[in-house]
Amino acid sequence: MANNHYDAIVVGSGISGGWAAKELTEKGLKVLLLERGRNIEHVKDYQNANKEVWDYPHRDKPTQEMIKKYPVLSRDYPLNESTYGMWADEQKNPYTETKRFDWYRGYHVGGRSLLWGRQSYRLSPMDFEANARDGIAVDWPIRYDDIAPWYDYVEKYAGIAGTREGLDVLPDGQFLPPIPLNCVEQDAAKRIEKAFGGQRHLIHSRTANITEAKPEQGRANCQYRNKCWLGCPFGAYFSTQSSTLPAAVKTGNLTLRPFSIVSQVLYDKDRKRATGVEVIDAETNQTYEYTADVVFLNASTFNSTWILMNSATDVWEGGLGSSSGELGHNVMDHHFRCGASGEIEGYEDKYYYGRRPCGFYIPRFRNVGDDRRPYRRGFGYQGSASRENWDRDVAEFEVGADLKNALSQPGGWTIGMTAFGEMLPYHENRIYLNKSVKDHWGLPVLAMDVEIKDNELQMRKDMIQDAVDILEAAGAKNVQGGDWGYAPGQGIHEMGTARMGRDPKTSVLNSFNQVWDAPNVFVTDGACMTSASCVNPSLTYMALTARAVDHAVKELKKGNL
Amino acid sequence: MNRRELLKLITAATGTAMIGGTAVLAGCSTGNREEKPLTYTFSDEDVRVLDEVAETILPRTDTPGAKDAEVGAFMKVFVTDCYTPQEQALFHSGLPQLEASAQERYGQGFMALTAEQRTEFIRDLDREAKAAVAAGGPIHYFTLFKQLTLFGFFTSKVGGTDVLRYVAIPGRYDGCMPYEEGDPAWATT
Repeated sequence: MANNHYDAIVVGSGISGGWAAKELTEKGLKVLLLERGRNIEHVKDYQNANKEVWDYPHRDKPTQEMIKKYPVLSRDYPLNESTYGMWADEQKNPYTETKRFDWYRGYHVGGRSLLWGRQSYRLSPMDFEANARDGIAVDWPIRYDDIAPWYDYVEKYAGIAGTREGLDVLPDGQFLPPIPLNCVEQDAAKRIEKAFGGQRHLIHSRTANITEAKPEQGRANCQYRNKCWLGCPFGAYFSTQSSTLPAAVKTGNLTLRPFSIVSQVLYDKDRKRATGVEVIDAETNQTYEYTADVVFLNASTFNSTWILMNSATDVWEGGLGSSSGELGHNVMDHHFRCGASGEIEGYEDKYYYGRRPCGFYIPRFRNVGDDRRPYRRGFGYQGSASRENWDRDVAEFEVGADLKNALSQPGGWTIGMTAFGEMLPYHENRIYLNKSVKDHWGLPVLAMDVEIKDNELQMRKDMIQDAVDILEAAGAKNVQGGDWGYAPGQGIHEMGTARMGRDPKTSVLNSFNQVWDAPNVFVTDGACMTSASCVNPSLTYMALTARAVDHAVKELKKGNL
Repeated sequence: MNRRELLKLITAATGTAMIGGTAVLAGCSTGNREEKPLTYTFSDEDVRVLDEVAETILPRTDTPGAKDAEVGAFMKVFVTDCYTPQEQALFHSGLPQLEASAQERYGQGFMALTAEQRTEFIRDLDREAKAAVAAGGPIHYFTLFKQLTLFGFFTSKVGGTDVLRYVAIPGRYDGCMPYEEGDPAWATT
């Protein structure tokens, strides 16, 4: 059907899908952007964006009814009244756990770009060389220099607040002015710098909240409300809605189709090319076919791989991209939920104004330079200093006016931080189709079989002890380190399962994110990651996507796709 | 809430993690979801008693108190919707216990006590509850009363804007603002 043909199809409208749609449409292609969930319109549909905690009947805490409906979300902090309805319906979209895996999904236009943490760091040259150097998994098919100009490109557009630090482990980028550290953090930074001989650094977090307006995108600068995950009426943080989608719409080349579940990529085995996708309408259950010259899979790490597993199964039993034996394998996340906190004295006459959407960052220092630890790779810390609020123990007052008076004033300063550690890509950490369980639309679901191993467990010891040492060096008292337990998935940084590589026998994607067995299919979300680094990954998906689109359009023009 | 704030959830004013609704900590430790739901209801009198208990903990001074923030009504909603059946059972067992303790000590119900008696009585209950936490034994019902009083009050509009300070759209960030003792804290949660 002629009206079902587009130049390109993008599957998924989250961080990477939004970028694919923007870049493809701006290069003149007619694009169909498919999203499995409902539409959320910028500003208009941010229903809780202006609510305060007292506007929620349960003050933003989950009810038993919510916990029953969202057994996975309820395992950690994401289940609350303010973001309720912005996570995938767990009843309609089940998955199974061979081993516990916490999968936090956003099935709506914008995906998790509306809900993300916005921390935006570049992978370093060391990260792209890590697998080759360690003889682990396979080598990345690209190096830092291949992606650096694309980091520049996406940072300038998305808007990243941060500071240039000149650190090899955390390359500088195109930054807007930083969101300031508070006075306790500033002094802590100086003490840490001195105590560790310039080997450890407490820096401003680099965050996708704009500190200068971007009127050309209709975005105002951050207003310091710290309500980002509710959708920002000012468009001050990067999301599909605030940034990439309006750009794509503006070209006149975009068709957005919500409620569109892509069930497979359609594959022409003679031409070895995809011809389009099959879509199930989530509301009517009707099936449609859309054709295109090029397909971008940006359905989120596991769902992009799920689509590949369901595609071209008449050619490869395990699906498109399975000829390598690596499809679904090498799942990674960032393991976290351990660190330390302590009290800081001497700043009782200081406070702060405004609510920051970020804090500080301590870049990786382990296994860097001459440092050698009994494990591979390393970790970074995210943290902040603040004064305690009413939720603190005031032992001297029990009940009555004195208690109220004491709790109405800020308490002492505390400083705390959580480590985010790199997880190695293990072949046996995998997802696979569980055909005995079907979702609401009769589609087979994913099974998760992922665990952290000795390398990560060894690293966690340092993640705690180093946090204690750093905070003590920063002048903190009563420093408590701890491990609050981590289950894979809780980092919400799932990566791997369709890795990039240099050899079709050992990887699913080539150096431009093309499926080896179908070069007009690109996978540019977290599925493509060959190793995890220890930094938050979304910025890298943006850069890889823009780079892949550039390549795709050049190849299309050459007639190679 | 941001993940970097995770650490801050570990402590609470009552010396124990907040019960109900805090998925991070409550987890499955108290909830048996297969159990047949029991129905607990709050009478209007129950809400009035809870209001007075809360007011004793956080009284009106030159700023509003717990009753002004309708903390009793909030407790009713929160306990009914957010507590597991076991947690509800503990909370509801507290109301007759409180009444019986007051009768035993003063020869009359809690609502009939003078302000001084109420303060003394609630202060002793607080000590009892803290001792239970310190001993690592079962949670005292008063721990729940106090948690929900503090949470319900300071997250209310009255508590957040008339007792604490709140600015809906700060517009800027200053990380080194001078602070003078007595200035209220920000109502950030």
